[in-house]
Amino acid sequence: MTKPLLDVEDLRVRFHLRTGTVEAVRGVSFQLGRERLGIVGESGSGKSQTGRAILGLTPPPGEVTAQRLAFDGIDLLTASKRTLRELRGGRISMVMQDPKYSLNPVMTIGEQIIEAYRAHARKAGRGEARDRALAMLEAVKMRDPGRVFALYPHEVSGGMGQRAMIAMMLVTEPDLLIADEPTSALDVTVSMEVLRILDELVSERGMGLIFISHDLKLVSSFCDRVLVMYAGRVVEELQAKHLREAKHPYTQGLMSCLPTLANDVRPLPTLNRDPAWAQ
Amino acid sequence: MASETMTRSGGHDALRSFLKRTAQFLLVLATTLLGLIAVTFFIGRVVPIDPVIAIVGDRAPAHVYERAREELGLDLPLIQQFGIYVKKAVTGDFGNSVLTTNPVMTDIANVFPATLELATLGTIIGTLLGIPLGVLAAVKRGSLIDQLVRLLGLVGYSVPIFWLGLMSLLLFYAKLGWVGGPGRIDVTYSYLYTPVTGIVLLDTAMQGQWDAFWDAVSHIALPACLLGYFSLAYISRMTRSFMLNELAQEYVIAARVKGLSEMRVIWRHALRNAAVPLVTVIALSYANLLEGSVLTETVFAWPGLGQYITNSLQNADMNAVLGGTLVIGAVFVLLNLVSDLLYRLLDPRTR
Repeated sequence: MTKPLLDVEDLRVRFHLRTGTVEAVRGVSFQLGRERLGIVGESGSGKSQTGRAILGLTPPPGEVTAQRLAFDGIDLLTASKRTLRELRGGRISMVMQDPKYSLNPVMTIGEQIIEAYRAHARKAGRGEARDRALAMLEAVKMRDPGRVFALYPHEVSGGMGQRAMIAMMLVTEPDLLIADEPTSALDVTVSMEVLRILDELVSERGMGLIFISHDLKLVSSFCDRVLVMYAGRVVEELQAKHLREAKHPYTQGLMSCLPTLANDVRPLPTLNRDPAWAQ
Repeated sequence: MASETMTRSGGHDALRSFLKRTAQFLLVLATTLLGLIAVTFFIGRVVPIDPVIAIVGDRAPAHVYERAREELGLDLPLIQQFGIYVKKAVTGDFGNSVLTTNPVMTDIANVFPATLELATLGTIIGTLLGIPLGVLAAVKRGSLIDQLVRLLGLVGYSVPIFWLGLMSLLLFYAKLGWVGGPGRIDVTYSYLYTPVTGIVLLDTAMQGQWDAFWDAVSHIALPACLLGYFSLAYISRMTRSFMLNELAQEYVIAARVKGLSEMRVIWRHALRNAAVPLVTVIALSYANLLEGSVLTETVFAWPGLGQYITNSLQNADMNAVLGGTLVIGAVFVLLNLVSDLLYRLLDPRTR
């Protein structure tokens, strides 16, 4: 195997609160090349905090420790703020959950894309940045890029907003994209379209992708490899196509909760959590 | 073609909505002022002070008293008096002040610039210092700076302004001699320029009377800083809470993900959003100062609107009180309009 793009070993994220210390991520390890890795888990399993920790955006009072947390050979834990800032947006990017909240409401979509581009291509002029932004809007299949460019986030639909978000986060051509529940706020048909666009862009540009979701089915159809997280730990790592061979009772439990068309099981089985899983 | 028709109908719509908004504003202005006139007028008539006695004195014979009463129109039914007042007010005639014998409008035109000058300067100081302090406190939440800013705000809220005014006069004027004393300008300089706008700083600067200008600066510095401090207390507190709210939003994280500098994240993204509600806060605090800070104007012998209305009230000069109240009302409505317009400018969602 060639040198991995991202190397994570024993990643821990702790929050020191007045009521005690909460460990949101408890020793996660994985390596990632230019491939698609899915992270699934229920709310509070630490999947989003894993993504934020990679970007160095763990909210205070969070504390991140790891044996190793390296991106393309750069140690993210000891890197200077400046290096981190150049990596963020430049080489590692993130698509967030709900474009209603993750786009700045008082800036036009065009301005926000230009800003992302110029944060990393400082010598780029206004005109060049504008061309890039328009090209990017076209790449995410906006029907009328020139019009969308001048719109404010509240003037577009959820699907368009999320495509604008993808355009903004990919305009710098990063090597790694973290997609944190990118379709959870969208309805089913729109989310399929957004996923198709994301899929196309990731393949075209040969990026690494971390796809964070609570939707096991979706992740397994979209990714090469899946990490199943529970209570801050990776409980199982699987090839997406061998999902049925899951060994861990949590994954098995999740799988059996999925309704199927052929066998109508009533009532659907529910997940019985074993406290031992969290140990 | 499609876009062409769109812009054309867009322009048409913009004009129509502008006209609609203007009409709406005039309606609001008219009803607000009419309501204000009604309330002030009737309160002024039912309070147990006799404006006739204020003119003729309490030893006047009955026939003199009666004649003055008739001349003032006070023998007519209340509703008719109100009608006459409104009719005159529409033409800009608010009657004469008993105290100064000038038309009320002339008096107000004389005192309002003094208040305007002081309030504007105070608001500028409060805004220019209050916003950065509030932002800093929010960004460094829980730090020493945050505690200091909050303490500063608390003191501003709780210390009586007249006490702070007197103490600062004692210290900076009487003991240290750093600033000019009460009043707007020294008598020696007051004949060096002709009042045009009534705003001393502007008049002296425009006429190139720099000695007089600097003297006026030394007089206004203390009261302006004092009012600035009080508006700073309010503005910094509100800025802090608006910023805390904005900094917790997802788009701030998105801005950091983009690799923007923290300066840009704070000032360009978060503050730009916090500025929307801040406009209202600043306008409100400005309106409060324009209302005439009676205590500050009294302590610093500042011949402004607050002092004028208070004096008139104490001397049962109802015409002057009514006129002054209306001016304040108009200022409030106007500032509301301005903050409304700014709101639209700053927040695309309200357009």
